[in-house]
Amino acid sequence: MAKKNISRRKFLVRGGLGTAGVLAVGTYLFRNPLRRKILEQVDSGEARYLGGGMEPMLWFEITKVNKVILHSPKVEMGQGTFTGLAQMAADELEVGMNQISVVHAASMSGNMDKFATGGSNSISGLWQPLRELAATMREMLKLEAGKKSGFPVDEMTVANGEVNLGRTTMTYAEIAENVTDWEVPDAPGLKSLDAYKFVGKPIPRVDLNAKVFGEPIFGLDAQMPDMLYGAVVRPTKIGAKYVSANTSKADAMPGVVKVILEDDFVGVIADSFTAAERAKEAIEVTWEVSQSWQTSDIREMTKVGKGDAFVLQKEGEDLSTEDGLIQMEFTSPLGAHAQLEPNGVVAAVDGDSVTLKLSTQVVALTRKEVAKRLNIDEENVNVIPTFLGGGFGRRLHTPHAVQAAVMSKAVGKPVKYFFSRKEEFQHDLFRPPTHHQLKAKLTDDGHIAYLQHDFSSGDVAIDAAMVPGFLHTVLGTDVGAIRGGFCHYGAIPNLRTVSWHVELPFATSWWRSLGLLANTFAWESFMDELAVRAGKNPVAFRLAHIQDDEKGKRLKAVIQAAADKAGYQDQAVNGRAMGFAASTDAGTPCAQVAQVSIESNEIIVHKVTCAMDPGIAVNPDQVRAQCEGAITMGMSATLYEKMDVVDGELTPTIYGPYRMALMKHAPKEIDVVLLQGMDKPGAVGEPPLGPIGAAIANAVFRLTGNRLTDLPLTLV
Amino acid sequence: MKISFVLNNEPTTVDIADGTTPLLWVIRDTLNLKGTKFGCGKAACGACTLHIDGVAIRSCSYPASFVEGKTIVTIEGLGTAKNPHPVQQAWLEEIVPQCGYCQPGFMMATAALLHQNPKPTDEDIDQNITNVCRCATYYRMRKAIHRAAELTPEKEATSDTQNS
Repeated sequence: MAKKNISRRKFLVRGGLGTAGVLAVGTYLFRNPLRRKILEQVDSGEARYLGGGMEPMLWFEITKVNKVILHSPKVEMGQGTFTGLAQMAADELEVGMNQISVVHAASMSGNMDKFATGGSNSISGLWQPLRELAATMREMLKLEAGKKSGFPVDEMTVANGEVNLGRTTMTYAEIAENVTDWEVPDAPGLKSLDAYKFVGKPIPRVDLNAKVFGEPIFGLDAQMPDMLYGAVVRPTKIGAKYVSANTSKADAMPGVVKVILEDDFVGVIADSFTAAERAKEAIEVTWEVSQSWQTSDIREMTKVGKGDAFVLQKEGEDLSTEDGLIQMEFTSPLGAHAQLEPNGVVAAVDGDSVTLKLSTQVVALTRKEVAKRLNIDEENVNVIPTFLGGGFGRRLHTPHAVQAAVMSKAVGKPVKYFFSRKEEFQHDLFRPPTHHQLKAKLTDDGHIAYLQHDFSSGDVAIDAAMVPGFLHTVLGTDVGAIRGGFCHYGAIPNLRTVSWHVELPFATSWWRSLGLLANTFAWESFMDELAVRAGKNPVAFRLAHIQDDEKGKRLKAVIQAAADKAGYQDQAVNGRAMGFAASTDAGTPCAQVAQVSIESNEIIVHKVTCAMDPGIAVNPDQVRAQCEGAITMGMSATLYEKMDVVDGELTPTIYGPYRMALMKHAPKEIDVVLLQGMDKPGAVGEPPLGPIGAAIANAVFRLTGNRLTDLPLTLV
Repeated sequence: MKISFVLNNEPTTVDIADGTTPLLWVIRDTLNLKGTKFGCGKAACGACTLHIDGVAIRSCSYPASFVEGKTIVTIEGLGTAKNPHPVQQAWLEEIVPQCGYCQPGFMMATAALLHQNPKPTDEDIDQNITNVCRCATYYRMRKAIHRAAELTPEKEATSDTQNS
């Protein structure tokens, strides 16, 4: 692939009151007409874009006190992106970590990500362009310092936001002062990795203090002057359509400012959250419900063979009709995001313009939807993203921003509106349920001669902001559901993987790692079973089926590293057993060993050893933090989590009954080994969610002799 | 109705229309301290944990009128960047937060636990720290809780006045 330089023509500069705004245009567009190639890219997580338009994008400001503000097009939801971006920029800009801060780019700054924050590609996608932008800005400052001082540019040295001019120094702020016409050099060469002071080091998170001292940084903390509180009446039944509402009681309640009846929702605006919630409860809405769904209906719909099929991989011969096939089936349930910060927004409509503050992973989509509903220009909608109290894919859809804007317009004041926890659980965009059929044929000497994986899932990425809707027509399948569905054992001679897509009666969408958790649970449980049937050690069995190319070498390396570090053995010792599993997601291979026991009929995960190769770990401490969190979140989904459908209602609707891993369940030891098998950063946030489900299930098999095939794992 | 209490060492009086309003909203919206979070409204997640007379309370389910004459400490009153509480110091050292939304609740629950039990075992932590963290930072939180126990001076841990 050609090196993607930020070209000189794409730089614009804006001066300000003691600030120098550097504006750049990025045009890394996703262009690849070959559909199978596209699917491979989706699976490999290759960064496809930076921005996407031709409008100027504000990246950096230098303040009067010589600090640099980086306007991030990617949002911070805990994944540590702000810290990694700050490290990359600071190293090329030659400023200290205490001289750089990161803010969310508002949509009006122009530096708006056209798609979304997600897919574990924020750091990898910005690795090259952000460092080039920062290096270019450094050179621009040097050129300007040369003009002001007469000192030769090639004799200057730069450190800590100051340019050394022999006997004197100038700060970046002094250099930028009063400059109106900047000279822009071609993108300079980047430093070598070993010259970096911050990249590759475990720098504390840039948002650490704000989060430890309780600063008001989240969407739900946002406010605007003279703000009122809104609430929207939501149905409890799946598929309920709004017919009519009686609002007479609510109209007369204390604190209520206005009740509004729109074609698609009923809203109430009051002077406090409590007053709005109580008035909402008093509104009697008539809903039309056509069918009363049950969990069993959903399970039946999700079976392989019920939806549309798409062949993802087809290698060698089809041996699916031969005798002696080994066959197993697996399922995963409907899962909730359950992020701690409910969805919410503050919206202020002022004539033909709107300002919104909210937690969103899709700034551009939020802007577009609000503009469309109010029939105004997108340029007049300023979306100001806040820190997210958890993302996990839940903030890829923000219809509440539209509702808040409609309510604000109705009362002529800013309106803050957010979900109750019950609404979060019932109106989540769930992790879809899945069903998997696996078939294999072993040779006499214990090798896999044929392997077939058919998996069925509800929507994951259909119509999602990250993937243009037309792609699904082109591709014929859901590019989200297939994450983890590919076979990564390239030495299997005959192979089929088939994705089945079904439409469910409620919305399902992205849940951190998409199909990876469920697909890897099925794949790697089955690989474990095949190893047992072949009489082979599960680690050796896996290694024997991996090809010798670059991808294969990296996968083998993490498998070996995890086995070595954990001291993996395939027999239970003193009531504890180890389970092994591996996956490659978004180009990042990961292997895990779970050490498990069973006590009082409960599955206890004591320790997880994780080996992962994300390429360059820009911040190794935060890569470890992502592994620790993903492992524990994945363990939670493996052992506890599921939503049910009872008489047309999604349930449960509160933490507790929706069982999740708590402190008492979390592994007391998590040992992370990081390998670096490529010379650029790869995906981090989602890949370590892959192996954990099967690693736990495979350990349970070694303790009980039973292979549990349904999530959440339940002992019989 | 008027309600008077001590909030983060400051005598405070609020005048609210409805005394059954959960304390959380008085703290967040009337008094504009946003560090105490709304997570579920049913005392199920612990994001809204603060201290009332030294005890960890889930404020989303605590009527505001009940706080008359009592002493409240929120995350803003626990410590500052210049003078962090041992729990906050430990949280900084272990780099615990990811998204960070639930963390004030966990730190308040931990500070209350250490006040009662200066050297908690893993089992004590399991039984007493029951908040929900979706980023699942439990592994680092456990390390931070043990670290906070080390950082807590003996006399402060057994003293009756917290946050002195």
